[in-house]
Amino acid sequence: MSELQATSGLLLAGTLFMLGLIGVLIRRNIIFMLVSVEIMLNAAGLAFIVAGSKWAQPDGQVMFIFILTMAAAEVSVGLALILQIHHQLKTLDSDAANTMKG
Amino acid sequence: MQVTFYIAAGVAILSTIMVITRFNIIHALLYLVVSFMALAVVFYIMGAPFAAALEVIVYAGAIVVLIIFVIMMLNLKSEAVAQEKKWLTPEVYVGPAILCIILLAELIYTIGVGNTVGITGQIVDVKEVGQSLYGEYILGVELSGMLLMSGIVGAYHLGRQKKKVVHRFLEKPEE
Repeated sequence: MSELQATSGLLLAGTLFMLGLIGVLIRRNIIFMLVSVEIMLNAAGLAFIVAGSKWAQPDGQVMFIFILTMAAAEVSVGLALILQIHHQLKTLDSDAANTMKG
Repeated sequence: MQVTFYIAAGVAILSTIMVITRFNIIHALLYLVVSFMALAVVFYIMGAPFAAALEVIVYAGAIVVLIIFVIMMLNLKSEAVAQEKKWLTPEVYVGPAILCIILLAELIYTIGVGNTVGITGQIVDVKEVGQSLYGEYILGVELSGMLLMSGIVGAYHLGRQKKKVVHRFLEKPEE
């Protein structure tokens, strides 16, 4: 493997993170925003894997496992929030949920 | 090895673009699974087979299935697709997309300029990861267990649908 692959792995992680960021910014459906946050977390995990592979250390994969755990906990709480918002507001529009009283 | 990496990276980027531009959410989730599979291939090429297996099992398996279950519970109809089409108009997505692409160009320039040392090409297998995970990172493992516990409790508490309690004198009299 050459030096090119560490660079291109980081570039792939950056591109995926940007796509997830664009998804959060342009979509109004809350489920799509949650999926885009998952894409961003996955891209961060990819960056850790690339770094761990570059120095041949297991720490990158350990951090990836922690990110995976965090993503699982986050998606369960987020989906419960989406269920509650859909139950109360009868829509998935994120602009509809702009008041604190719900 | 180089060619497989570039093919998998291209598949990942294309399918992620398809995810954020679909109107039907089930189609978007199918593309999301393809994206996770491509990233698993990238992990395998990078010499992290354990992370590749976890990517397929946890991301493409568990998390996507969880989202599909919730979509089934919400019982969205075909009007939802038309509403998505109405929400995603060019004047909404052009501005943020251009700004984010500028940021990406800066990132590509920074990574391209910096001098990087090559990958050693050594495979980091499960044994080393496990020893590190239960050796120096044991505190992190315990903390993530507590995080998962709070996730379960939080999801149960938030997902419960409370009955609306209306006082009987405040109810509208039935005609």
